[in-house]
Amino acid sequence: MLAAAAVLVLTGCGVSIPSDPDGTLARAAGDELRIGLAIEPGLIDSGDPPTGPLVDVAREYAASIDADAKWQIGSEEALVEMLEHQRIDIAFGHFSPQSPWSDRAALSRPFTLQERDSGELVALMPLGENALVSNFEHFIDDSGRAQ
Amino acid sequence: MSDRMRSRLAEGLPEAQATALKQAIRWQIFTVAYTAVTITAVAFVLGNSQAMKTAWIEDMLSLLPQVSFFVALLFMNRRPTPKSPYGKHRAMSVGHLVAGVALLAVGGSLAAEAIIGIVRAEHPTIGTVNLFGYTVWLGWLMVIVMAIIVVGPVLYGPAKAKLAPVLHNKLLYADADMAKADWQTNAASIIGVLGVGIGWWWLDGAAAIFISSGIIWDGFRNTRAAVSDLMDQRARTFDNRDRHPLADDIHEYLGGLAWITQAGIRMRDEGQVFHIEVFIVPGDDAFTAERADEITRALHDLDWKVQDVVVAVTGALPDHLDLPRSADARS
Repeated sequence: MLAAAAVLVLTGCGVSIPSDPDGTLARAAGDELRIGLAIEPGLIDSGDPPTGPLVDVAREYAASIDADAKWQIGSEEALVEMLEHQRIDIAFGHFSPQSPWSDRAALSRPFTLQERDSGELVALMPLGENALVSNFEHFIDDSGRAQ
Repeated sequence: MSDRMRSRLAEGLPEAQATALKQAIRWQIFTVAYTAVTITAVAFVLGNSQAMKTAWIEDMLSLLPQVSFFVALLFMNRRPTPKSPYGKHRAMSVGHLVAGVALLAVGGSLAAEAIIGIVRAEHPTIGTVNLFGYTVWLGWLMVIVMAIIVVGPVLYGPAKAKLAPVLHNKLLYADADMAKADWQTNAASIIGVLGVGIGWWWLDGAAAIFISSGIIWDGFRNTRAAVSDLMDQRARTFDNRDRHPLADDIHEYLGGLAWITQAGIRMRDEGQVFHIEVFIVPGDDAFTAERADEITRALHDLDWKVQDVVVAVTGALPDHLDLPRSADARS
């Protein structure tokens, strides 16, 4: 009852649930998604633009929110730091669901690459940007990549 | 063993109390089963919400009074022996104390965790789950689970609150009292999760602080009550509000005995039953063994809680005894 009432009030005010405290998804959608990449041969290969199956996932996700992908190459730790300081919106690399970065970045649900046997992977996003996390998870569910 | 020296809980329990005890045991079993289900349900939707985590741990802690109750029940039916001459009634108070201290400690650490989270501006992440092919925000599931499990305490809280005074069981009373406030925990965690949902990340930590302060308060009250009884305060009512009225009944009885010049008592709560020491200043040559036995018998007849009565004869009453209300206005 309480929940239902709260939802009515909130949707009446034009608030969507879940939403981002820092508005990452709203800012990126229809504009530019800043994507961090940690080079991993076979998954993410450097180049201009970078190539590899994981890069394709990132590009496809950016397209799903009508955003242009803006690449940012870095080590895993550098990417996590960039996420913390909101210099990138999402990071891809050979991150597993057991990633040690889980207390500094939000981990998506695991997904796999159909093309190759890469095991379960996750994307890293800023902590608490729940609209972005949910939107990305919708994307991997809808594209059949989710585990 | 003669009926004038009751020493076990089960001995001479009047029908009302025997029935209440059976019902209390049934409600406690129901509570444990119910809580086991809710702990499992919440575990599935826990996510990264501090409020949910706090509510979850509170759920686990709420099992402590029931566990203490059952353990104490085993001990309270043991006969006194030369090795433990007062019986094992105190098991209930010990359980009460353990539950209280556990609540205090865990409540404190959860509150600290929540405060640190807010100070560090840790934004809780709540993602989605794939439920039968649908992508659902986990927050909604948290809200639904917390809204459903609020039902249990509404059932067993009042039931136990009714049984506690009949059985004079402070642990049961504290348990019922905690159940009464349980809906606040659920409401707070729902608000916290919805706060995260609309982007107010701090609402999660605020809800966690609210819930943990409730745990701390419960812990404080339980610890205080248990310690007072273990320190042999004079027997008080099940809710610790008043001096127990049984003292007045005893004074009334003793006041009616013409051969007694002056009398005072020391009555302590052993958890569910009372141990009573009666101090008597008799008139000249009036005290006999028969009269002492008569007092013991009469006191046992007054109330089922009366166990282990000791009658002491003295020339003058020690001044720390419980005296009839006219002589002692303190409550």
